Amino acid sequence: MDGILNLAGQNLISPVILSFVLGLAAAFFRSDLSFPEAIAKGMSLYLLFAIGFKGGAGVAAHGVDARLLSALVAGVVLSLSLPLLAFALLRSMTKASVTDAAAVAAHYGSISIVTFVAASSLLAGQGIAAEGYMVAVAAAMEAPAIATALWLVAWRGGGGERMNAELVREIMLNGSIVLLVGSFFIGWITGDDGLEQIESFIVSPFKGVLCLFLLDMGLVAGRGLRSGHAALSGGAILFGVVMPPLGACAGLLAALLLGLSLGGTVLLMVLAASASYIAVPAAMRVALPEANPTLSLSLSLGITFPFNLIVGIPLYLAVAGVFVAP
Amino acid sequence: MQMHQAKRVEIIIEAMMERRLTEALTAAGVTGYTVLPVSGGSGRSGEWTREGQVGRAGGMVAVICLVRPERLDPLIEAAFAVVERHIGVVSVTDAHVIRAERF
Repeated sequence: MDGILNLAGQNLISPVILSFVLGLAAAFFRSDLSFPEAIAKGMSLYLLFAIGFKGGAGVAAHGVDARLLSALVAGVVLSLSLPLLAFALLRSMTKASVTDAAAVAAHYGSISIVTFVAASSLLAGQGIAAEGYMVAVAAAMEAPAIATALWLVAWRGGGGERMNAELVREIMLNGSIVLLVGSFFIGWITGDDGLEQIESFIVSPFKGVLCLFLLDMGLVAGRGLRSGHAALSGGAILFGVVMPPLGACAGLLAALLLGLSLGGTVLLMVLAASASYIAVPAAMRVALPEANPTLSLSLSLGITFPFNLIVGIPLYLAVAGVFVAP
Repeated sequence: MQMHQAKRVEIIIEAMMERRLTEALTAAGVTGYTVLPVSGGSGRSGEWTREGQVGRAGGMVAVICLVRPERLDPLIEAAFAVVERHIGVVSVTDAHVIRAERF
């Protein structure tokens, strides 16, 4: 227990978390602090490129093992199945309609790449290595949840768009997925040599950019909560903090079955615990326009993202440490 | 200078739907349109702003086109088929243009 509290305390006073808290506080107190859209987009492109490249270089350095394919399959299965749990919980804990519950469930089956980046950063700070291919697992977990959500709506007679080829193309070629997977392959192909060439760009400034990005995320989350709190019932807020640990448990189970390292286990738990606020919201606006975007974004960005960032990540690390040797 | 009557159609729609809308307009015979970023606003779905956005899902764009009055109905039908289920505003105003042959 002391270990968990110690780690949580260290995490809380890290520049990354304090930057997020600053953004959150600035938004709550109605500061005019803001990041232009282009800057926020630029930072997210940088972070995606850096994390993808480093993951690919990690795979090149340590080689591919048989677990890569099984980890990808596990990621897809988690992404497909977690929305079912999220949907059932939402329908029992809130008064959300079938469409709203399915849209929120899709967010929770998919992943938050920023939470993944923050967890990777914490692991690196603790000197805990993780499988480089977890970046590919993250990319694989982005989209399947959308299919489950659309199936749930169709099954319950809620209408909505079918998973047609155009929608699949838009989801799979979503800019964040293309950049993450593309930079992963560049890192894999060029390996340590490639990493050495651009290290001063993608390694040293990484944490600084992450701090600024999380400051912006704090602002976005805070403003989203301020304007969207009316859409959040007590049950919905409870869902936002109950669902992540349940997802993390599913991720832990999958990681133990796969035999991942401690770092890999934590990252799979974080992926399963996190909720999307980039790829899925965009897909949901196209496929389920009747769903209330304020509910899903307020939950994923305003409740679950801060929960995972501040409490979840150190908690998942501590729990994983019980099952997997460092 | 001689002026010609035209209709100015302004469609404020979710950024994710921009391409679908402009393709529908082109298919309906619209020869030109302008897409403008919208910095923020408020409506039935709550407040929103472009600042600090991490994805396009929460963003809106304004698609504006000027057409001859007789081309208005097909344009509105095509646009409505796309925007019907989505957040947004469709408005039509009377306008005057100088070079009628362009519309």
